[in-house]
Amino acid sequence: MTVSVTELTVTAEDRRVAWLATAAVGLSLVDAAIPSPLPGVKPGLANIVTLVVLTRYGWATAVWVSGLRVLAGSLLLGYFLAPGFFLSLTGTTLSLATLGLARHLPARWFGPVSLSILAAFAHIGGQLLLARAWLIPHNGVFMLTPVFAAAALVFGTINGLIAAKLLAETPAAAPAK
Amino acid sequence: MHWAALLRPGDWLVMAGGAALVWISLPLLWQGGFAERAIIRQNGQVFAEADLRTRHDFDVPGPLGTTHIAIEPGRARVVADPGPRQYCVRQGWLARPGEIAICAPNRVSVQIAGRTKAYDSLSY
Repeated sequence: MTVSVTELTVTAEDRRVAWLATAAVGLSLVDAAIPSPLPGVKPGLANIVTLVVLTRYGWATAVWVSGLRVLAGSLLLGYFLAPGFFLSLTGTTLSLATLGLARHLPARWFGPVSLSILAAFAHIGGQLLLARAWLIPHNGVFMLTPVFAAAALVFGTINGLIAAKLLAETPAAAPAK
Repeated sequence: MHWAALLRPGDWLVMAGGAALVWISLPLLWQGGFAERAIIRQNGQVFAEADLRTRHDFDVPGPLGTTHIAIEPGRARVVADPGPRQYCVRQGWLARPGEIAICAPNRVSVQIAGRTKAYDSLSY
């Protein structure tokens, strides 16, 4: 057999990212299956994975897992490169940036719930700004801000609590899958 | 494990901050202003301007017959119209500023106006 010139070695880190991204994609599918009264109002269950990964494996791994989740999730749900994909990408990018800053908050005072709420607000903020700048160039977009903000607060809190529970129940040494 | 035990002091602070943000953004829901008046037009000319605080009924004559418009506190609608397709009647109650029901065949329209106008003019 010809030996390939480019040898890709799969590290343990790669496998971990792949597993976690799979879990996140699975939750994205669950998310999409939940009926929503308003487009854009979603529980965002995949963010639970992001929060756990951020706490356990650091920000870089969280970026990988989120990025792969957006990509694979959009392919599976059939909105890759559609407006929804860019909304998702913008929201994820902004919430990852926010998480990158917020993770430096003192852990004694601010837990996963804080991170989750901040990320949720960044997510919806990014989406609204992109929608205003690109999809619906009219300030009427902002009319629904209170609804989206309330959803971000509620779902951010719930997801944060679930992530906190997962982190509290699984020992740090074991790979949180 | 109790859920509240998962919350750290700062988490409550962030939750309060989030709630404050929602509260601050609430007025955006009413950014078009409140519905204050109904403007009834016949053939492009203002036929009547009704205050949306009291009950009124208007019979607006047009080329096909009479369009009957009802005003109630905070809302207005076309009750009956001689037009063939009844689009303006089926629109039901109008309650938000900028909303408009147009009975094109009879050349009658009723529009809700707030303090601020969403646009300067509308032609059809």
